[in-house]
Amino acid sequence: MSTAGNNGRALPWALVTPALGWTLLFFVLPFIAMGFSSLTAHEGGGFTASNYSQFFTNPSYWQAMVNSLQVTAIVTVVSVLLAYPFAWILAEQVPERWQRLALMLAVLPFWTSYVVRSYSWLLVLAQNGVINRALTGSGLFSEPLQLANTRFATVTGFVHFFVMLLTLTIFANLKQLSPSYRKAAADLGAGPVRTFLHVILPLTLPGIMVGAFLTFVLCIGDYITPQILGGNNELLMPQLVMMQIGRRGDFPLASALSIILMAVVTIAYLACARWLKIERA
Amino acid sequence: MRRIVRIASWLYALAVYGFIFLPVVVLVLFSLQATSFPIPPFTGPSLRWYDAVLSDTRLTSALVNSLLVASISSLAAVTLGFLSAWGFARFVLPGSGLLRGLITLPLTVSYLIIGMGLLVLFNWAGVPKSLLAAGIGHVVINLPLCFAIIYSQMGDHQINIERAARDLGAPEWKVLLLITVPVMAPAIFAGFFLSMTFSWDEFVISFLLTRFDTTLPVEIWNLLRSGLNPKTNAVGSLVFAVSIVLVVLFELTLLRRRRA
Repeated sequence: MSTAGNNGRALPWALVTPALGWTLLFFVLPFIAMGFSSLTAHEGGGFTASNYSQFFTNPSYWQAMVNSLQVTAIVTVVSVLLAYPFAWILAEQVPERWQRLALMLAVLPFWTSYVVRSYSWLLVLAQNGVINRALTGSGLFSEPLQLANTRFATVTGFVHFFVMLLTLTIFANLKQLSPSYRKAAADLGAGPVRTFLHVILPLTLPGIMVGAFLTFVLCIGDYITPQILGGNNELLMPQLVMMQIGRRGDFPLASALSIILMAVVTIAYLACARWLKIERA
Repeated sequence: MRRIVRIASWLYALAVYGFIFLPVVVLVLFSLQATSFPIPPFTGPSLRWYDAVLSDTRLTSALVNSLLVASISSLAAVTLGFLSAWGFARFVLPGSGLLRGLITLPLTVSYLIIGMGLLVLFNWAGVPKSLLAAGIGHVVINLPLCFAIIYSQMGDHQINIERAARDLGAPEWKVLLLITVPVMAPAIFAGFFLSMTFSWDEFVISFLLTRFDTTLPVEIWNLLRSGLNPKTNAVGSLVFAVSIVLVVLFELTLLRRRRA
């Protein structure tokens, strides 16, 4: 395949080495440094496993992981349930020539700044924000509801972002299905509901799993949304990590907590990969 | 039955569109507020908060920093990504699959952890916090994207054009600059604009790796400490506008590729 001629083996390596070197130096090496750091004591250095054992013995650290997993699970399920029918409507009910525009509109706020998007939700959910004004103004409630700085606010902010992301992936998935599946099901006498339940849904399930996994990974590692919308009433893992750096400069503990967070994502990945394989069989 | 499904679909789609656009509409609407609180009732329209943003030197210099970091880091990411994609697509290298996996590996790790790792490394190596450090982090997150986009677009069709050029006696650097780069231009632009969008928006890495001179998302974060403020709405609306421009450019380059 190579037609490099005189340059021989030098040229291809010269092409790929800068990118490989960059990745090794600024991605792999930092990771190793973080691993070392996580095994040192914050005060006085020296090797120790106490940063890891703290996570299992300190109930507030443990609680942050439980909160993170709960929020992530709720967000993933709610986002999939909201996005699937929406993507289906865009792919099946909207006329072909409007589909591109409809999809672009549906994901437009996806491209706004992440920090600004969370702040915008704060405007909507604040004590005297749009929703509370509408509720008290219409006389439904006499007192404004506590919506901001709650788990509800964090979940709303996350769901907003992931509905857009999942709409994109599920829409692509639905459009890839060949129309002959639907025709075959109809020929065999299945109505629209049975066709959906027994043909369309199972065929799009692997795509949904990929989207759900992506949601899980991005959601559990995000610091911005819980910090802006959830506040400090209930800490999630990324907030706990950032707290160690900000308040106490405790890099070893922050490193250990980051590695634990990554381990959880890896376990989820392995579980998900196995599930997907079973689906394919 | 059909009719009911149709009406239910319309209602559902409208509700989801409403949910998706609610925060953006509130953001932009109250950026035009005349009084000091971005909450109902609406007292505008007024451009005073846009004035306030444009005369705030911390915000304007953060905006310039963001544009600088985004364009330089994207240029670096797309250059490294293009060269490696070309190397892997055109030559048989030992362990190619493994090495390609290594380049795309950062895609699977959250920004927080990439930022943490660089913070620990730079702290240990004595590298001070700076825009350069944040830019290095942005190349780490965007290089795999540029590589994946460009690598996936390198087909046999381009190999043949390159072979023709070589047969006609073009040296390797001429093939690269006069054939491969122009042929791959749409994928290169797509990688560049996508990197620009991500770098422009990136918060956590910049937050961890910069100190005094910082990028716009970090400066906006600092503004949030003062609570709800129409000035934050105004700067947020401006950021939104820039992102939309980047996305439209990205769409146009992709569309052009599809038509070609």
